Amino acid sequence: MPLLYPLVFAAFLFSIGVYGVLARRNAVMVLMSIELMLNAVNVNLVAFNAYLRDQLVSGQVFALFVIAVAAAEVGIGLAIVLLIFRNRETVNIDEVDLLRW
Amino acid sequence: MKELAWLVPALPLVAWAVILLVGKRLPDGGAPVGILAVAVGWVISLTILFGVIGGADAYHTGTSWAPIGQDFEIPLGMTVDGLAAVLLVVVTTVSLFVQIYSVSYMRGDERYTLFFAKLSLFTAGMLIVVLADNLLLLLVGWEIMGVCSYFLIGHWWEDPANARAAVKAFLTTRVGDLGFMAGIFVLFWAAGGFEIERIVDGVESGRISSATVTLGAALLFCGAIGKSGQFPLHTWLPDAMAGPTPVSALIHAATMVAAGVFLVARMYPVFEASGAVLNEIAIIASITMLIAALLALVQDDIKRVLAYSTVSQLAYMMAGLGVGGYSAGVFHLFTHAFFKALLFLAAGAVIHAVHSNDMSEMGGLARAMPVTFGTFLVGALALAGIAPLSGFWSKDEILTDAWLATSRGVAQVVFVAGMVTAFLTALYVARMLWLTFGAAYRGQGHPHEAEAGILFPLVVLAVGAALAGFVGLGDNSISTWIQTPLLPSEGPATLNLGLIVAATAVALLGLLLGTALYRRGLPEREYLERLPLVWTTLQHKYYLDDLYERGLVRAVAGALAPATYWFDQRLVDGAVNGAGLGTRRLARGLRYVQSGQAQWYAAALFLGVVGIAVVVTQLVGR
Amino acid sequence: MTGQEVAFLILAAIGGLAGVLVVTSRNVVHAALYLVVALSSVAGVYLLLAAPFVAFVQVIIYVGAIVVLLLFGIMLTRAPVGRRVLDNTLRARVGAFVVGAGMFAMLTVFLAGAFGEARIANRAATTTAALGTSIFRNYVLPFEAVSVLLLAALIGAIVLARRD
Repeated sequence: MPLLYPLVFAAFLFSIGVYGVLARRNAVMVLMSIELMLNAVNVNLVAFNAYLRDQLVSGQVFALFVIAVAAAEVGIGLAIVLLIFRNRETVNIDEVDLLRW
Repeated sequence: MKELAWLVPALPLVAWAVILLVGKRLPDGGAPVGILAVAVGWVISLTILFGVIGGADAYHTGTSWAPIGQDFEIPLGMTVDGLAAVLLVVVTTVSLFVQIYSVSYMRGDERYTLFFAKLSLFTAGMLIVVLADNLLLLLVGWEIMGVCSYFLIGHWWEDPANARAAVKAFLTTRVGDLGFMAGIFVLFWAAGGFEIERIVDGVESGRISSATVTLGAALLFCGAIGKSGQFPLHTWLPDAMAGPTPVSALIHAATMVAAGVFLVARMYPVFEASGAVLNEIAIIASITMLIAALLALVQDDIKRVLAYSTVSQLAYMMAGLGVGGYSAGVFHLFTHAFFKALLFLAAGAVIHAVHSNDMSEMGGLARAMPVTFGTFLVGALALAGIAPLSGFWSKDEILTDAWLATSRGVAQVVFVAGMVTAFLTALYVARMLWLTFGAAYRGQGHPHEAEAGILFPLVVLAVGAALAGFVGLGDNSISTWIQTPLLPSEGPATLNLGLIVAATAVALLGLLLGTALYRRGLPEREYLERLPLVWTTLQHKYYLDDLYERGLVRAVAGALAPATYWFDQRLVDGAVNGAGLGTRRLARGLRYVQSGQAQWYAAALFLGVVGIAVVVTQLVGR
Repeated sequence: MTGQEVAFLILAAIGGLAGVLVVTSRNVVHAALYLVVALSSVAGVYLLLAAPFVAFVQVIIYVGAIVVLLLFGIMLTRAPVGRRVLDNTLRARVGAFVVGAGMFAMLTVFLAGAFGEARIANRAATTTAALGTSIFRNYVLPFEAVSVLLLAALIGAIVLARRD
């Protein structure tokens, strides 16, 4: 198949993820959107790996690592969200603006 | 002593500052400071004049005041030649005696100290004009005088009429000053500098084209028209009588108004090189002297008679200069300063005694105030041109010059105008004398002679008014004193017997007629009222004031001023305020960079990435 | 149009739609479930791209663990329901749309410009053995690093979230 198919699919998912990060107010929803973005990256990596027929399959290896890191990140992210929720009774991230002018 | 000439303006300037700062705490309100400063200047001026009479050379010194770049500098220097020496003596003498007079006259005035400060500043200004060796410095002194005139006319500004008169004086002379400044710059541009010597040199050597010379001279004369009250900018002088009488004596008789004449004399080679401008001067002077003399005839306010008389006599001086009589004009300036200052101060004494300016409330004061009457009489006869008083000699000199200058067509106009004005002058002088001092007293109070402090200056000036004319006689006459290499002396006063007889006859005729008409005091109806058209025109001062008011003042104040105000408020201030407002708005916008909201930062980040990617690929890829 | 391409297009359509629904759904739990669909379709794409191991790992970890974690998070934070609460202001959404669209446009244009003609050749799927060999032979260090990272994340999450 043309390389462009998975690449455009990845780009699409990434853009959706960007929209979600910026447009959603709930912190958990933002985390979900970040997961979408990471998945898009992964698709990109694997597609290129298939195209280039790498001996070291580095694309897939990299994708695995990304998945691992994504898992770690979600864990920490949710811990932080929980903490915020405990302190402020809300998970709206536009109400967490302590660093404003 | 000539090296010390700079002290003459410097001392009054210092006196001004001193009086202004600590005057109220000094004994007698600071007046002695002013008097002392001008007295020292007077002594120096007399010494310098004696030096000039003895044949001393002109002295010129200067320093660089404001060097601009490599090639150009604004100089600060003085020229002490015969003309300057004569004027120095005139100004310091009149200023000294006016200030002595003011000690008595202004006693008890609310702003006594400030008055003396203003007088000192004014004196300094006029002296700067006299001594200046370049037109820019002259302009500085000129403007100082203008502003002091404004302050002094408006000394009693509580009465809005006085304030209006002050503004009118200032603005009218300002109109002339515009032309003056334009003239200075034309000549500066043509000659390459402001120094009078350089300009005269440029004119004489022919480096400056005659068209430029004519333009420059004509523009300079505009300033003289304004300051010296020539037609059409004479309307401010009569109104300026709203100021205290010493002010009228100093500024509007002897000094400031003479500055215009002095300017023409100082720059005479430039004017001589342009025949057209000299003709213009002569014509305007002729018109002025006639219309002013007519107006003097119908005034009831004694100061206004003298004011119009001043306008008329200044025109005489200008006319003299206009027909090529350099020394004649300066001579008349010299004598006029004495007798006109005397007349004003004496009138002031009368006003003080009668508590009114109006001649209809005077009369019969010859008996009540003999010394005042005596000095006033001397001044009045000098004004009328009766020999052997000073006015006779100088007026005669001008008429002689006009008669002999047959090469100029305008000279005949000047001569006729001069003779008619001499007649009118004698007429209004007689009227003034009889209405004030003759017949019976028409007023309410009990007038008595003035005090010594007032009489002393009167007597001194009367002596001057009587004897000043003799400087025109002999080999070493005033003409010799003020000569320069370019303007050689015309010798002593030419005594054309026929002219002397004619002029004296005309003057006596006027005096006789005046006596006949006004011997018994103010008539029921003024004689000229029998000619209603003439009367109304004269009463309305030829409608010039109305013309100016309706035409110029309304246009400017009504339309131009509000437009300028709008422009200033909206555009200029708007730009300034707008800069501030704009900054604030920008700041308010920039605040969002620090909103504290992560999503906003993320959005910026992603946008930045997109942007950078586009830019880089565009720049590198292509 | 090969079968591979058809399959890919179907999976891409499902995944794309699911992704859109994730970010626009009014119900948080629904969004999480749509996320499952999206991630699963991505796993399918991996299969098509000759990466079976990655596909399985995707399902196990992403769908199995991460989404569950997200659901726990939703539960514990009592995520509310409704557009007004879940979504940002209209202005922010418009801005976000602009950014997302811009991002998509840029990526597509550049990728098309660079790889428009490229094709992925048909080949055999990567064996797990080959993948394992590559990891432990060539990428051991990153592997260990990721392990440490996971450990740190684990400890960190516990420390952060415990009540004391």
